[in-house]
Amino acid sequence: MSTATPLAYLSAAGPRAGAIVPLTWFTLVVSILVCLIIGVLLWRGVRRGRAHASDVETRAVQITHGAPGIRWIRVGLLCSALPLLIALVWTMATLAAVSGPPQGAQLVLDVTGHQWWWEVTYSGAEPSQTFSTANEIHVPTRARVLVRLHGADVIHSFWVPKLTGKTDTIPGQTNLAWFEATAAGRYRGQCTEYCGAQHAHMGLEVVAESPGDFEHWRQLQLHPANEPTSAAQSRGRELVEFRCGLCHQVRGTSAGARSAPDLTHVAGRRTLAAGLLPNNPGTLSGWIENPQGFKPGTLMPNQGLTGQQLSDVVAYLETLR
Amino acid sequence: MRVADARAPRFGPDSPQHSMRLLDLWEGPGGLRGFLGTVDHKRIGIRYIVTAFIFLLVGGLEALLMRLQLAGPNHTLLTPEQYDELFSTHGITMIFLYASPVLSGFSNYLWPLLLGSRDMAFPRANALGYWIYLASGIFLYVGFLSGHGANDGWFNYVPYALKPYNPGLNQDFYSLGMVFLGIATTIGAANFMVTALRTRAPGMSIDRLPILVWGTLTANAANLIVVPAVSLAFLMLWMDRQFGTHFFDNSNGGQPLLWQHLFWLFGHPWVYAIVLPAMGMVSDGLPVFCRRPLVGYSLVAVATVATMILGFGVWVHHMFATGLPGLGMSFFSAASIVITLPSAVAVFAWLATIWYGRPVITTAFLFFASMILLFVIGGVSGFMTASVPVDWQLTDTYFVVAHLHYVLIGINVFPVVGAVYFWFPKMTGRLLDERLGRWNFWTMFIGFNLAFLPMHLTGLWGMPRRVYTYAPDMGWNTLNLITSIGSFVFALGILLLMVNVWRSLRRGALAGANPWDAPTLEWSIASPPPVYNFAVIPTVASRHPLWEGRLEGSESRSTVDQGLLLDHGKEMIGTTALDAVPDMILEMPEDTLIPLLLTLGVSACFVGLILQVWWVLVLGALVGAAALLGWLWPRRALREREPLHG
Repeated sequence: MSTATPLAYLSAAGPRAGAIVPLTWFTLVVSILVCLIIGVLLWRGVRRGRAHASDVETRAVQITHGAPGIRWIRVGLLCSALPLLIALVWTMATLAAVSGPPQGAQLVLDVTGHQWWWEVTYSGAEPSQTFSTANEIHVPTRARVLVRLHGADVIHSFWVPKLTGKTDTIPGQTNLAWFEATAAGRYRGQCTEYCGAQHAHMGLEVVAESPGDFEHWRQLQLHPANEPTSAAQSRGRELVEFRCGLCHQVRGTSAGARSAPDLTHVAGRRTLAAGLLPNNPGTLSGWIENPQGFKPGTLMPNQGLTGQQLSDVVAYLETLR
Repeated sequence: MRVADARAPRFGPDSPQHSMRLLDLWEGPGGLRGFLGTVDHKRIGIRYIVTAFIFLLVGGLEALLMRLQLAGPNHTLLTPEQYDELFSTHGITMIFLYASPVLSGFSNYLWPLLLGSRDMAFPRANALGYWIYLASGIFLYVGFLSGHGANDGWFNYVPYALKPYNPGLNQDFYSLGMVFLGIATTIGAANFMVTALRTRAPGMSIDRLPILVWGTLTANAANLIVVPAVSLAFLMLWMDRQFGTHFFDNSNGGQPLLWQHLFWLFGHPWVYAIVLPAMGMVSDGLPVFCRRPLVGYSLVAVATVATMILGFGVWVHHMFATGLPGLGMSFFSAASIVITLPSAVAVFAWLATIWYGRPVITTAFLFFASMILLFVIGGVSGFMTASVPVDWQLTDTYFVVAHLHYVLIGINVFPVVGAVYFWFPKMTGRLLDERLGRWNFWTMFIGFNLAFLPMHLTGLWGMPRRVYTYAPDMGWNTLNLITSIGSFVFALGILLLMVNVWRSLRRGALAGANPWDAPTLEWSIASPPPVYNFAVIPTVASRHPLWEGRLEGSESRSTVDQGLLLDHGKEMIGTTALDAVPDMILEMPEDTLIPLLLTLGVSACFVGLILQVWWVLVLGALVGAAALLGWLWPRRALREREPLHG
């Protein structure tokens, strides 16, 4: 889904964020009205009693006791109290409606905030039914999704404005969020708790698709990595196992580390580096060569591969769909 | 201050001989020694204001750099690390080194004048407070300029602030600097409390206090309560970093959320502490130009205190997204919504004062009156974030950045600049230029709103806070460009203020004692005031001593031309807390270098701690101990010990 403002939250695409939208509009409209009313009163007040000459001396204007004016405070308080009361009751009602985790969630995910990417784990009944991916959360439409949020290092905040407000991922505790996407589409998300140098580039994407498409995607993700079919790809796999495997996992190979995004199906993802780059062979190659140039401070070091090595690695990674 | 021996003070009119005698008694040594050793609240007050404005300019330059970086997408003017240190230092500078100290400066300068007194209750502690503020500000900036500035925002969440993620000295400078600054705040707060409650002119009962005094008194009562929370938090952070304690480190049973509670338990009341005195400036200044008393004085005073009390119960609204239980959050949400009401009292009191007054449009009036609108804009956006579900969307986006700038610039900077226009004549004897003042006002007003009004929309369109850059396809490009342009216009406005101050210092029109025909005691004495302030201590009979007789129906008569002479030594009158009945004569200390010496000792301690050079720490402690010993050594002149028999 592409809109002009992908992170705007005055419209929603699911019930959890949707319940907040009318309340946000109510408080926003009340706020704007209050500013206008006060602005007009201020303007009129200054105009009506103002001493005429523009450069008149303060001392030239007589002191008066003036009207007591207490009625202004009384009326003002009463007029303020009414919208405040409505906002209070509406707030509590909305809070009760959307805060708790839903009964009978159809999908339970574990999302872990890392500096500076999102680990997404889909747990099945057995280990063979469990897999991890990164920065891209696939969900079926019209399904309640419960998200268990974990913090791997520092505090991050999970936010997909069209679907759900923010919930922090805090090391040492598991927070719960939930959402449901009404329509198929891609929904942008972003880390919103300052977490260090690359806080700006810690995006994510929720891909809502029909239950059939989602199941197809899930089955694909459960597969281990594709086997290489050319010499270049084989050389590439060797390099990936030997170098990338120190941090990354490629299931079905000896690359088995878990401190960076799982690459088993990396070529199937739409973006690289937590939403920073579109995923294609060119950007992938550029990223591997010089991650510090794209995302200064990222924990991935520049690789210093020869041109041949780089193209082998990319050839292999491109098979990981 | 010390209680003098029992004697009935003499009462009488001022005379040239009397003034000469007071001048002899009160004037300290000149030269460098006098400069470094002064305990005069007026000089200290102006120092606070000047220092705070320097920090404002520095913080402003930091903001402009950030606005250049954010003027368009994917700019690379700043590296992420540079940006992170800039936004952190900008926040710390504005919130801790400008907003609060500038108000302390005005209150320091004005209080004894407003209260009809000759100095703060504890003049040496007053000097100490300023020196420590200056030293801690320099300490924090040494960190920043040496590349070790705070880099985790002003609220500095753990675990990012802990050593594994933040190995440099950055967080050590910040945590020690905040403990350091906390000393100054605490000393100042205690001094303000005692000054307001015990050193008012006879007759200035608690219901005759200017609202500025109510605001500063309330703010400082809060500071005494909440600053320990933040000092403790920063000390614990430093210990986690240096000694491996585990207060916040979850892998060893610590609790990251503990930091947030301790910080916001302080942080939110602090926000009120840096706006309530500024609101007081408006409550006192606006009526002067409306040519009538403030509407609803008692309600405004009570609302000031009520705001603070409610303000202790809203801190969790900074933590709505941390996964706290809904029921618990709902209480804080309700309190955060209800706190709007006491603010509404002030707004409607100001509006009614203008409505039923005869406003004279001066630059000071423009700053005070426009503040009402900016206050309301900052208030309603705060009300929006008070609603938990709405806040889940708003929080940590630019909406909050817009909100907090309307609060800090709208409710602090605008009244403060208004206060500069209003009280500059008292401080210097010269008026600021009104024509340049109009340019100054409109440039600031237009620049500010151009920068920050569209920023609400940037937030509603989802731009997160604290990002050093953003992608071009998010819909934020135009809004950010407008904000950057506005910020430069606003900066130009501040520059015009500086030009005006610079020019008027030499060439401004002479002000005389009371250029605005204002009603309170500070305007009854010469501009600038003599070192002893009041030759005779006035007796106060109403809230508007200088308007009496001109306000229909006011029978009361204050006296300012005769009163207590108090010329046996450097003396002030101590009065009772509620009714301001005189009950003691206070002997005031002479100028002294001891507060500066103590500050140097304490500074050496902090330098020793940051460098971990222990002999510097020990040396600092020894110097500090010697200074304290000298400070507390009982002196006969101050009646701290009995004279020898004879």
